[in-house]
Amino acid sequence: MEIDPFIFRLSIFILSIFIGYYVVWSVTPSLHTPLMSVTNAISSVIIVGAIIAALAGDNGNILDTANIFGFLAIILAAVNIFGGFLVTQRMLAMYKKKKKDKK
Amino acid sequence: MISANLLAVFYLISGVLFILALRGLSSPETSRQGNLFGIIGMAIAIGVTIISVENFSTGFLYLIILLLIGGSIGAFIAFKIPMTAMPELVAGFHSLVGLAAVFVAISAFLNPEVFNLGFQGNIKIASLIEMSLGVSIGAITFTGSVIAFLKLRGIMSGSPITFIGQHYLNLILGIAVVVLIFYLCKTQSTNLFWSIIMISFILGILLIIPIGGADMPVVISMLNSYSGWAAAGIGFTLENTALIITGALVGSSGAILSYIMCKGMNRSFFNVILGGWGATDQTSLSKTKEQKPVKNGNADDAAFLMKNASSVIIVPGYGMAVAQAQHALREMVDALKKNGVKVSYAIHPVAGRMPGHMNVLLAEANVPYDEVFELEEINNDFANCDVAYVIGANDVTNPAAKSDPQSPIYGMPVLDVEKSKSVLFVKRSLSPGYAGIDNDLFYRDNTLMLFADAKKMTEEIVKNL
Repeated sequence: MEIDPFIFRLSIFILSIFIGYYVVWSVTPSLHTPLMSVTNAISSVIIVGAIIAALAGDNGNILDTANIFGFLAIILAAVNIFGGFLVTQRMLAMYKKKKKDKK
Repeated sequence: MISANLLAVFYLISGVLFILALRGLSSPETSRQGNLFGIIGMAIAIGVTIISVENFSTGFLYLIILLLIGGSIGAFIAFKIPMTAMPELVAGFHSLVGLAAVFVAISAFLNPEVFNLGFQGNIKIASLIEMSLGVSIGAITFTGSVIAFLKLRGIMSGSPITFIGQHYLNLILGIAVVVLIFYLCKTQSTNLFWSIIMISFILGILLIIPIGGADMPVVISMLNSYSGWAAAGIGFTLENTALIITGALVGSSGAILSYIMCKGMNRSFFNVILGGWGATDQTSLSKTKEQKPVKNGNADDAAFLMKNASSVIIVPGYGMAVAQAQHALREMVDALKKNGVKVSYAIHPVAGRMPGHMNVLLAEANVPYDEVFELEEINNDFANCDVAYVIGANDVTNPAAKSDPQSPIYGMPVLDVEKSKSVLFVKRSLSPGYAGIDNDLFYRDNTLMLFADAKKMTEEIVKNL
């Protein structure tokens, strides 16, 4: 008997939840805001779905309804990716130790 | 050409890099490197996807243009946004993830061939279920985050909106979504798919409107979690490992943050979600209490007290963010340090409007992070401290949480500011805090009330030091 590939994906999913659980508990509370902005940025990896939706199945008519939804999703996800990572970077740059950088 | 297996390996690498990005946040030193890992992971995922689609015609051109448009909007927002507006920014970004998930799912439903999900009108049942769950959670995330954004931005009132039968209505809508998904699998009807999206949009609004402004930290964390589950749902549909891993990470991250926030308020998750706190009959209680005498001080008194103290603990709250007082505060602390006063900061888990909000504001004002402490780390130090300077915080200092079982916040962990020799309370008026509860601390003998805007008062004190 063959195992359905769904089961493999489910295993990845469940194990990732556990990884997330332990990794996030080890995040220091003072970095919880950057944690939220970075998780927001990485969840925009949904853009891969958007790219496939927008570009694949190109049969001469790229502006098919299905493609247009893909393109819209690309814009939204791109805003999030750039905005999320850059704002995280900006925040993290502000966390400094004592004495260093005394103006 | 890139084989499906190689593609999957690259997605796996992206997923691992995302895990490392979160791992980096365990300390500020490693966090910047972590963010870089995240960026690399994202670049890999996008790059290999483009190569795999192998479409370098007009569509590719559109893709690049759209990426640039979206990217510049995102970058512009990221550089312009003031740190005090982080909560609404994050809420706004969550709404985009939710909507993107909805769009991808719609596209997959209309054109299932490109995702190998079967054919229109004959989509695989498993894919259909995953897709509908993803689209439903995505839609809830979208409208819920929009409401959270409006409330945080002040466009919509922060007070809870409740009506009779609200929870039953939500329950019915929730059941309706499940039933519709069941019939969608049977009939493959496009109309049912659209109905699921519409009902989920409405459900998102209804879920967030009854939750009051003070509970926003929980709401934001919860929507963070939802956006993750939505991404995971789409990941299952598209059979994409990077999306599944990321969705699970984000989902559990948001869930943990919600849990921490609820614990910080000593409330159960369901109590927060069902909402309506702050609309209680506390007003009558506080009115009678307001007759009690309070000691009213000015900046001169405050400066004198702090100058002669040997240790000062600063307790910032949302009021500091509203008044943008963090820079003035830091100037005050610098002046105190010159006088040989030991200064530290005490942060309550739910201070501000999102997890870690106060820490970011203090970091922005160049406060070194090793002077900033969490509740458990610093709470015992109040007993040995000369002055507690409470700026813009209220409920998180209320001793009623420890002594008065009648109080709605009874049992909530609070900062023991009343144990310090004297308490300076910067506040605009005697009005109760967000929870609508009178604070007994105002009337104590060792409390000096400083009635003023947090920023103006702090600046005045700096002048007097």
